[in-house]
Amino acid sequence: MTHTTVAPDDKRDVRRADKAAASDRSKAENRLGMRLVAPAIFLMLLVTAFPMLRAIYLSVFNYSLTAPDDREFVGLSNYLTALTDSLFWETTLNTVFIMVVTVAIELVIGFAFAMVMHRVIFARGVIRTSILIPYGIITVVSGFAWQFAFSNNNGFVNAWLPFVEDNFNWFGEYGSAMAAIMVSEIWKTTPFMSLLLLAGLAQVSEDMLEAAKVDGATWWQRLWKVILPNMRSAIMVAVLFRALDAYRIFDNIFVMTAGAQGTESISFLTYRQVIEQFQLGIGSALSVLLFLSVLLIAFLIVKIFRVDLAAARQEG
Amino acid sequence: MAGIEMKNIVKKYGDGFPAVNDVSIDVEEGEFLILVGPSGCGKSTLLRMIVGLEDITDGDMIIGGKRVNDLAPRERNLSMVFQNYALYPHLTVYENIAFPLRLAGKSDSEVDQKVREASKTLELDEHLERKPGNLSGGQRQRVAMGRAIVRDAEAFLFDEPLSNLDAKLRGQMRTEIARLQKRLGITTVYVTHDQTEAMTLGDRVAVLKRGVLQQHATPRELYENPANLFVAGFIGSPPMNFLPAKVNGDSVELPFGTVKIPADKAQKAQGKDLLIAGIRPEHFEDASVVDPDRVTDESTFTAKVDVVEWLGNEAYAYVPFEAPPEVQQQLQQLERDLDGESLRTQLVVSLDGASRIREGDEATIWVDVRKMHLFDPATGDNLTMDAANAGIVPGGNTMARAEQVGQQQDGVQPGGSQATA
Amino acid sequence: MSTKNKIGIVIGAALILLWCLLPVAWIISLSFKSQEAITNGSPGFLPSEGGGAGWQNYRDVLADDQFLRSILNSIGISLIATFLSVVIATLAAYAIARLEFTGKKFVLTLALVIAMFPVVSLVGPLFDMWRTFGIYDTWPGLIIPYMSFTLPLAIWTLSAFFREIPWEMEQAAQVDGATSWQAFRKVIVPLAAPGVFTAAILTFFFAWNDFVFGISLTSTENARPIPAALSFFVGSDPFNRPASLLAAGAVVSTIPIIVIVLLFQRKIVAGLTSGAVKG
Repeated sequence: MTHTTVAPDDKRDVRRADKAAASDRSKAENRLGMRLVAPAIFLMLLVTAFPMLRAIYLSVFNYSLTAPDDREFVGLSNYLTALTDSLFWETTLNTVFIMVVTVAIELVIGFAFAMVMHRVIFARGVIRTSILIPYGIITVVSGFAWQFAFSNNNGFVNAWLPFVEDNFNWFGEYGSAMAAIMVSEIWKTTPFMSLLLLAGLAQVSEDMLEAAKVDGATWWQRLWKVILPNMRSAIMVAVLFRALDAYRIFDNIFVMTAGAQGTESISFLTYRQVIEQFQLGIGSALSVLLFLSVLLIAFLIVKIFRVDLAAARQEG
Repeated sequence: MAGIEMKNIVKKYGDGFPAVNDVSIDVEEGEFLILVGPSGCGKSTLLRMIVGLEDITDGDMIIGGKRVNDLAPRERNLSMVFQNYALYPHLTVYENIAFPLRLAGKSDSEVDQKVREASKTLELDEHLERKPGNLSGGQRQRVAMGRAIVRDAEAFLFDEPLSNLDAKLRGQMRTEIARLQKRLGITTVYVTHDQTEAMTLGDRVAVLKRGVLQQHATPRELYENPANLFVAGFIGSPPMNFLPAKVNGDSVELPFGTVKIPADKAQKAQGKDLLIAGIRPEHFEDASVVDPDRVTDESTFTAKVDVVEWLGNEAYAYVPFEAPPEVQQQLQQLERDLDGESLRTQLVVSLDGASRIREGDEATIWVDVRKMHLFDPATGDNLTMDAANAGIVPGGNTMARAEQVGQQQDGVQPGGSQATA
Repeated sequence: MSTKNKIGIVIGAALILLWCLLPVAWIISLSFKSQEAITNGSPGFLPSEGGGAGWQNYRDVLADDQFLRSILNSIGISLIATFLSVVIATLAAYAIARLEFTGKKFVLTLALVIAMFPVVSLVGPLFDMWRTFGIYDTWPGLIIPYMSFTLPLAIWTLSAFFREIPWEMEQAAQVDGATSWQAFRKVIVPLAAPGVFTAAILTFFFAWNDFVFGISLTSTENARPIPAALSFFVGSDPFNRPASLLAAGAVVSTIPIIVIVLLFQRKIVAGLTSGAVKG
């Protein structure tokens, strides 16, 4: 790459050119721009907005695919059913629990991994290649691997863990089953987290760290007072993305417990209603609620942690 | 090759404020014209309008007698060297230089011949097969020039081409560009914010402020006869000293004492109360080293020297002074316009290396009153300008006009420079 | 660097490798356990004495028509979705990085929202719609949602790359006599190629990995991709699966991913970090 420092003067000129008044050229640019993004917008809306609207529509009907002719308008009663059913709240709570625990653990381990990867001089390629394997592996495969690993018949976990009996059935009770699910989830997504954090770490300048050293900061102080504040936006973006991803947890539960022992997530519940029981009415209501809860979580994270979405959208 | 005529060029952006305001400049065939001014003065915008990367809001751009306002850049047959060189990182040096020829569909043999010719001129022969990423700053600069000279363009345009080089290389490349232009004799427009480049390279220099042309003249004319405070302050290093002055007959009252000026100069400055006197540092001298015939009481004053910087061949002495508020304000504004920061009002005096004045001395300083300029503090106009030797000075209080645009713009968009952030 | 730090980093690196590779080693080991050993219960990391199956599980899996068919489905669907998604994302990302037009904010916001969209909440209506359109249980029925859901990532990654190409490069080409198309073709495309490539790999990963659409929008081997096929592999009782056979299938399905990771490790890391944090 050539040198790319641009004098402020120049940048200003160029940026201002972007905002040019409606000259012929900017009109043509406008047209071209809209044409170029049109296919992307169309596709994204086709598979999200349109079905979402349809879900909203279906959610006010009592509609089952097993008896499509009996469709009848029921107003908001599907929502009422869902919201008054303890199952809905249990699964939501479950999901939030998984989300909070996995993201918290991933953040800590991911950060440690990122620190190591940032400093490591030897075998960089090997480590980066390895860290991509969990990221690339199919979630279903990860689920299987851990399910068998935790199995009391064929697994190795019981034998390796000193305080666990050899025939302990991890999937026999709620707590241990959830733990197994979370292990699989954390194993697969920590590398992703660590890569995002690695990018953030790379943006913390060495000069600043050296300055802190000269100023007499200990390792711990440098971490808390220099490194972390400076990669705040990277951390927040990573947390936002991972949290929303974790809230959608489905694959691991489907493979590992199929929802047994009360390990259902909200996604899994919705799926069961729609695809397995063909209850499109109540299923659609659940879909809408799921969507709304994701929006709510996104909103809360953005508000609470003041995530800079502009940075995430590279509008900085 | 062709001349470039800019007639009443205006560039307005979406915010409605003119970035280039009614600028008319005539670049003759083969001439080397410099566009100079502090950041945000519209010089780059003007250059980009010449080459066609920026729409022209109003006015006529005429290249070689043809109006090109509506032509795309590639139809204007100009070549340009960008500030960051804009070399194509995926192409070798050879292919970078050949790029315009390839686009024009020239035969391989012709391409080869021309590229070799250009690379010989610029001493790039041994680098032809390398990629730009492996070149030094100076080499990249030469490749960018190679790409510009390889085709028979109507004119060369340079957009601050030396600003990314270190000081030493900048000096060398400056000479190289001057030599190349003289040899090829091609019309050249060169944008810079560096007044040294402006003075050394240009046949003529156009000084811009806030999109308004201030003066268009040869470097010597700009230096000796600046049209207003802005030009006077911009051209010259160290810059011209500005002192509050009161004219009474043919004597001028300065903060340090009163001196007499030639009658013709005094004549032009009558009837005004407070003025700003402009005197370049080298027009002062330690009275003790000046030819005694020239030293009279009416051309010397004494002042307490604060700091002396001795450079061997010469020395700079600094003498602080107090300025009345109206002058102070004008000077601060000027300093801001010149991208500087006003710290204190002080006189900079260039002394002969033989001078024995030391810090803290009460020194007798001689001033060359013939070279003194007097400016109107209200408009900034140079009252003592010798119009016959000042090149082209657009009428109508250009400096005040530029300031007005600036103020409006800053008023609407606080911070000015981050207007579009 | 002090010795203490060095030791810490070596240990850290070892832990990372252990973390990443242990479960992979486990599933490979499992795939070599024999069917009988599994049924009788064979705890432990490695196959027990006499409990090994050699390549038998792999032979069985590769002899299974449904499994082979699902590999074919996954490869075909993922490749087509990747190709189309990257082409469309390239156009959109170029516009976003380079042009000023109304609706730019909308595209970016839409992409952001879709990146966070709970996929499961769509399968119901999509299931219904696809049946109406007659693309339920077909390749296009999966290709379309894969495209839509990989577009945000691809658009982000690509526009980050486009942004890094200096503006001046394109303008220089125009001054040098290029038309807009020539400038795009001869200057922008070669420079953006690594970005396009990264976006393609990430898109492929997503499509290969998807499970929700795979199980919801297919019903037969006609279009069923690998993850779905694996989960339906013999019976629905999640507690008594033919573990070693499944493990062999899982290993086979992971091979393409590992090959891609090995070949393009550098690019994937660059793409992930530029697309996600900077953008």
